[in-house]
Amino acid sequence: MSMTNATSMRREPDFDAVREVAHRVRRHVLDMTSRGKSSHVGSALSMVDIVTVLYGHVMRYDSAQPKAADRDRFILSKGHAGAAVYATLAEFGFFGTDRLKDHYQNGSVFSGHVSHKGVPGVELSTGSLGHGLGVATGMALAAVRQRRGHRIYALLSDGECDEGSNWEAILFAAHHRLRNLTVAVDYNKIQSLAPVAETLALEPFADKWRAFGWHVEECDGHDHAALLTAFRAADAAAGPAVVICHTTKGKGVSFMENSVLWHYRNAQGQEYEAAAAELERFAATDAAGHSHA
Amino acid sequence: MVLITGDLGFGVLTDFSKRFPDQFINAGVAEQNMTAMACGMAMEGHRVFTYSIANFTTLRCLEQIRNDVCYHDADVTVVSIGGGFSYGQLGVSHFATEDLAILRALPNMSVIAPSEPWEAEELTRQLPGVPGPKYLRIDKGAAGLAADPGAVRLGKARRVREGADATVICIGAILAEALEAAARLAREGIQLRLVSVHTLKPLDAAEIICAARETGGIVTLEEHSIVGGLGGAVAETLLEAGCAPGFFRRMGMPDIYPSKVGDQNFLRAEYGMDAAAVVTTVRKALHRED
Repeated sequence: MSMTNATSMRREPDFDAVREVAHRVRRHVLDMTSRGKSSHVGSALSMVDIVTVLYGHVMRYDSAQPKAADRDRFILSKGHAGAAVYATLAEFGFFGTDRLKDHYQNGSVFSGHVSHKGVPGVELSTGSLGHGLGVATGMALAAVRQRRGHRIYALLSDGECDEGSNWEAILFAAHHRLRNLTVAVDYNKIQSLAPVAETLALEPFADKWRAFGWHVEECDGHDHAALLTAFRAADAAAGPAVVICHTTKGKGVSFMENSVLWHYRNAQGQEYEAAAAELERFAATDAAGHSHA
Repeated sequence: MVLITGDLGFGVLTDFSKRFPDQFINAGVAEQNMTAMACGMAMEGHRVFTYSIANFTTLRCLEQIRNDVCYHDADVTVVSIGGGFSYGQLGVSHFATEDLAILRALPNMSVIAPSEPWEAEELTRQLPGVPGPKYLRIDKGAAGLAADPGAVRLGKARRVREGADATVICIGAILAEALEAAARLAREGIQLRLVSVHTLKPLDAAEIICAARETGGIVTLEEHSIVGGLGGAVAETLLEAGCAPGFFRRMGMPDIYPSKVGDQNFLRAEYGMDAAAVVTTVRKALHRED
């Protein structure tokens, strides 16, 4: 499947269709991390709605031409959640979903931390935190200097905002008024060992971005309509903008939600069956709820 | 082409910034972002140079060089002004004495360290012919040989003196010390071959092996730690070629942090890498010491 998203901006957004994609991505993420016995299922589930809204409603691209010059660029800076990006790219037609079963396997190009080599649609390989925003800033600056109209989107984790390199980029992007740069922060409030508030507090988080000269939007990071509204406002800002997405780590599987354990653990056996059943119920309830709305 | 500085280059970059304002960026004192941005701009088709002094363009942002620039094979040239003891009075923070070893360990990276301003100019002209990441280490010193840009080819070592008793292989402007040592030893009847390696990676293995086969022994000389730089690269090349030189000595900074400051010449003498030290080392190796 190949699709061009450029026209979707002009149509009424099809929220139901993209929500269905998000449910399939969540299931892929569960299957990939369980099959591969990999970490970070909670981090990936946390950002599924953000990344599917970007690819489903916001960004302009052609999955059949992943290197087209005028495409919008998406940089996953929280590279450890690469499973969610691989699954999203597959669902939006960059490659077949059958390839997702290679994730984490011997000899595979689908590394746990997102890698661009051999994976169409991945712009940048990351994995060490605090790299993506700097590269995205360089891409945004290049687009301005070359007078090109595409946009750059970078998705950061909250814990990642501990890295000083991000704040170097945040200073630079504001100083140069890079209005083609939008950051999304997956603010699930939990980092590697403990809650963000107990590790290195980020609050008042929005104020920090504002003080650095950024336009700030905040929204429920699982509400597709709210995400789309926030991204559109961010894209219309006169300078760089951040969308602080309030999310739930492990979203969709009750026993994974808000749990540090599921930053590392993968679901096996009965846990896997239970998680799969919950995701199915989540998808079914979501579909029923919106069809009655 | 774009030049990004980490807020250094007072006087040096002024002319460039005035003539090419659209191609000049001051990233501020923020080398990690400078290097990541350079990668992003290179991925969008620019040929990017990052610029600062000593270890600021290299070690401060090493992971950006590794993960961003090198893994993505981006056309970024990392320029460091102040190789070795160029900033000898400024202290250990400003001594670039491990950069060659560390940068050459990165896949895709070319490592270039000219010995003269004119050689730096010529090699810079040749950089566009080399794809991917490059490290250009600029020295404040100069070997002092007459300009001969036609003899400089990236990736090829330059034989600057013929001799059969031993070869001194050097990198950077410390070639001046080898030239002086060769002149002194010649008066004693010892003829040194001198090979200037301006491109450490890829290394000109043929010239190195030739020196080991045709002369009495090998001394490597670098204003850099003896660990992992030119000495290491030459040793690896010779051993893997099954080529044992008559003798082999690494000259450079011993495996310690220098705690003394002084000008480049003082520090070369203090830490045993000046002309006198080369003379002594060669004499001993040839059993000619009196």
